[in-house]
Amino acid sequence: MPRVLIRQERCKGCELCIYACPQHVLAISENINEKGYFFAEVADQPRCIGCRLCAVTCPDQVIQIGLNGVMVHYYDY
Amino acid sequence: MELAFKISTAMKDVPTHYCPGCTHGVVHRMVAEVLEELNIRERTVGVAPVGCAVLIYNYLNNDFMEAPHGRAPALATGAKRARPDLILYTYQGDGDLASIGFNEIFHAANRGEKITVIFINNGIYGMTGGQMAPTTLPEQVTTTSPDGRDVSQTGFPVAVSEALATQATPGFIVRCSVHDGLHQIQTKKLIRRAFQNQVDNRCFSLVEILSTCPTNWGLTPQQSLEHIRDNTLQHYKLGILKSPEEV
Ligand SMILES: Cc1ncc(C[n+]2csc(CCOP(=O)(O)OP(=O)(O)O)c2C)c(N)n1
Ligand code: SF4
Ligand code: SF4
Ligand code: SF4
Repeated sequence: MPRVLIRQERCKGCELCIYACPQHVLAISENINEKGYFFAEVADQPRCIGCRLCAVTCPDQVIQIGLNGVMVHYYDY
Repeated sequence: MELAFKISTAMKDVPTHYCPGCTHGVVHRMVAEVLEELNIRERTVGVAPVGCAVLIYNYLNNDFMEAPHGRAPALATGAKRARPDLILYTYQGDGDLASIGFNEIFHAANRGEKITVIFINNGIYGMTGGQMAPTTLPEQVTTTSPDGRDVSQTGFPVAVSEALATQATPGFIVRCSVHDGLHQIQTKKLIRRAFQNQVDNRCFSLVEILSTCPTNWGLTPQQSLEHIRDNTLQHYKLGILKSPEEV
């Protein structure tokens, strides 16, 4: 199972990861971080297919994808 | 936990000063990942531009020099000729490379300097507050073209990559974009090829990347990506314009 790991303190709330996710896993929080941004958070983890597109699009190195067990690589990156 | 996507060790663990959603950050990360994957970070020297990426030396974990506006190819040329064992790259915006620095890049490419150039084309001067650049699209509103770029007065967007690709000197000249996942993946691959060319001592390499400036375009980050898809791509064709295998 893939797991999205978000460093909320680094997020600038740009929403690019939310649009990039084909599975609608991510959402913008109702809370703000130290910098004052509404940060991205995981809304629906079980839907995640570990495609990594959210992490590839994030301009601020906020997202890492963790992995338990086998994962399908949809593309080389 | 094992990681299927991890933050590159060639990236310093600090927040960047870029506006939210600015694709400078995406390209920074891709360059860092390539330096790590090719295992060249410790012998790589970057040349920082004048423009929003002026502080890139705070973010990537390789050595850096800071060039005067547009002069990054000259610094890279000198360092590469003195120390051919080093990997030299410049990271330049379109105001820096296509305007004040056009002469520098044109001749560096013509001389076939074995350096790698990362060229961020966001069609505007970001750092100084959104003035028109040579690469600005026709009709695009900027602070110095408030009625939209008038091509009868200021010409059409300057196609740097096409201009460099006409030179007889062998080189690797490509244009790509980071406006969606597919293109981001392709861009990373082309950046890797551009560095691999230098590792193999092959040729001059330039990767032009269509990027966004949400702040000065007056759009949200996602609208900016859609703007590239719907408008910028009408004026700039993606693809490999020249590759050393052809010549
Ligand atoms: C010799 C000189 N002329 C002008 C400037 C002012 N200046 C600073 S950044 C810049 C343009 C930067 O635009 P670009 O290269 O497109 O980078 P961006 O900020 O969009 O990433 C200019 C004209 C300068 N610093 N030095
Ligand atoms: S890895 Fe893919 S499916 Fe999972 S959150 Fe990121 S973009 Fe969505
Ligand atoms: S792309 Fe990155 S910075 Fe932007 S909202 Fe998502 S996690 Fe935050
Ligand atoms: S001004 Fe434009 S190019 Fe500069 S950091 Fe902000 S969005 Fe990016």
